[in-house]
Amino acid sequence: MFLVALFLYPLAEMLWKSVADREVREALPQTAAALARGATVDDALCATLAQELVRSRADGTLAAAARRLNYDVGGMRPLLIGSARRLAADPARDCAALAAVDPRWNEEEVWAAIRRAAGPLTEFYLLSAVDLHRNAAGEIVPVPENEAIYREVLWRTFTTSAVVTIACLALGFPVAYLIAGLPASRAGPLLALVLLPFWTPILVRTAAWVVLLQNEGLINSALVALGILERPVQLVYNRIGVYVAMTHVLLPFMILPLYSVMRSIPPAYMRAALSLGARPAEAFLRVYLPQAMPGVAAGSLLTFILAIGYYITPALIGGAGDQMIAYFIAFNVTDTGNWGLAAALGAVLLAATLVLYVLYARLVGTRGMRLG
Amino acid sequence: MTNPHVAFENVEKSYDGLSYAVRHLDLEIRRGEFLTLLGPSGSGKTTTLMMLAGFETPTAGTIRMNGHPIDHLPPHRRELGIVFQSYALFPHMTVGENIAFPLSVRRRPRAEIEARVKRALATVRLEGYADRRPAQLSGGQQQRVALARAMVFEPQLVLMDEPLGALDKKLREHMQIELKRLHAEVGLTVVYVTHDQGEALTMSDRVAVFNNGMLQQVDTPAALYENPANAFVAEFIGDNNLLAATVEANGGGFCAARLAGGTEIRARVRHPAEPGEAVVLSLRPEHIRLGGGDGNILVGTVNDAIYYGDHVRLLVTGPDSGEIVVKLPGRVATPPPGSAVTLAFRAEDCLALPQPVQ
Repeated sequence: MFLVALFLYPLAEMLWKSVADREVREALPQTAAALARGATVDDALCATLAQELVRSRADGTLAAAARRLNYDVGGMRPLLIGSARRLAADPARDCAALAAVDPRWNEEEVWAAIRRAAGPLTEFYLLSAVDLHRNAAGEIVPVPENEAIYREVLWRTFTTSAVVTIACLALGFPVAYLIAGLPASRAGPLLALVLLPFWTPILVRTAAWVVLLQNEGLINSALVALGILERPVQLVYNRIGVYVAMTHVLLPFMILPLYSVMRSIPPAYMRAALSLGARPAEAFLRVYLPQAMPGVAAGSLLTFILAIGYYITPALIGGAGDQMIAYFIAFNVTDTGNWGLAAALGAVLLAATLVLYVLYARLVGTRGMRLG
Repeated sequence: MTNPHVAFENVEKSYDGLSYAVRHLDLEIRRGEFLTLLGPSGSGKTTTLMMLAGFETPTAGTIRMNGHPIDHLPPHRRELGIVFQSYALFPHMTVGENIAFPLSVRRRPRAEIEARVKRALATVRLEGYADRRPAQLSGGQQQRVALARAMVFEPQLVLMDEPLGALDKKLREHMQIELKRLHAEVGLTVVYVTHDQGEALTMSDRVAVFNNGMLQQVDTPAALYENPANAFVAEFIGDNNLLAATVEANGGGFCAARLAGGTEIRARVRHPAEPGEAVVLSLRPEHIRLGGGDGNILVGTVNDAIYYGDHVRLLVTGPDSGEIVVKLPGRVATPPPGSAVTLAFRAEDCLALPQPVQ
């Protein structure tokens, strides 16, 4: 029950929001139904639309519909709101009268937008999330270059996460190897140190990096004082800062699965490989590493999945060009109120995570993947 | 021995500088012999093996192989095969890949590797198992793969660390015979570690007995059994009755020793025991007869009689000694518990031993 209530229900709700389309149906039910059936724009339809505009303005459903249509075609919101106000005073009975109120009612684009938003389901948000839309003829085409942002954001999210994952692996592997090789009495305190950052709120940790990395911060001052740098280097509010802070925050999630797998590898394997004549490096590569792979896979997957959903760290430390997909989800929810697009971006993120998981399960085998 | 295969020269190993895992170890391993390091856990036998393998560094002394010191050689350049207690077969490789490993790290040609892996599998009677994973094999089969892997690159010396410890009794006895056969066939030097004295006696050419980091005695199994060097060896090898006594007189290979209760025992002696010296009298259960006769006499009361099929063991308590175990042939009439008995044994069968080396 908990699982359904706390996990599956929100997930289903989010997925539903990403494809649901009901604002226009509620505001303009008959127009939407007629257009969805494939009716052509004639005087009767124009008259129905005119009536429904006036009525929906009165019962307050027009605003949501106007906003929804405005996501698709720019200028729809003032068109609908303005037309509704003027039609309230002077009802239109045919298309000519409607066009007299606003000439844009002659444009096919406008009617196509209403038809696409007729619901009850739409692929509009999902297409938007990957910078696609349907043109007036109903074909799926890329949005104009200057409006496209989400593909770049997705690409940026994945590359940033990949860099962070690789950095975590590079830093975490030696640490996990070291701790796994120690007797339990000494491994315990070191493991506690690995977990120590969890005791600090993530906001504090992130803010601490701002202090360390800023131009007058500890790192820049030290480098300048040591004569390594002539003047401070920009480390924060750009990609470098995001990499550094995210790697720091996510490192424990890499170390723990690695450690748990490495600890289960008996030292006899390495000894056997050495005694059979393998040089230490070769013994490590051919005997130790293949057995540590489930840990590498689990740690990398965990880190990567956490990284692609990261919000607060890039938001605080990154510049405008470093924001990841989670930032845009939050932006769409809190700033523009575009829940549909936010949900669609979330769905894309979820799909990417699932694809990755399946890919890893194929490569490593789910049995071989141990997270704890 | 003019040319030992391996020589430990006054080797010492201490982990903390205070206590010693191995002390004053002088041991020569002969070429082609099957030498067992025997001792209870913590006696230093495994440390000795690990120093030979190069995984532990002696804190003092030198180990020589073929006359050359090997202290500076890392494990992978010592050219010796090791069979671990856990076998340490690489789980991500097939049986064939496991056995090929020592050859492939030596960059042998592919054809040669294939031929030698095949031959090695035949030697351990596992033809047709090359493509299996170690996890698909039984314990005994894994053991044989580990053996094949340790021998396939033809090392002159193979070390085995309690390799049969994880097997059940029947399989263990079978593998003991297999190991002996392999040793005889291949003609290499084997250093074998075990805490099982039965295993040590049946398999070895010579046995080195360890206790508390000290080498107690190195000898053939028969010599260890017949002529233990001290009380520890006497007790550790086979069943034995050990009686504390004080030397009264010594001469001509025999001594007179008095037990705590006052009875005087005549016993064989191999060390220059001074009158007044505390010794331990070693008396094998099978050398004791019931009833009087020549030689030494002890009296006591039967506590219990345990039937073993081929023999009966009497537990006898006497005024002079603690409990004495007597091994009687099964057909002899067994005195009931509570009855008084007289135990007799020859002076030749009783050995006066010094205290163990500490």
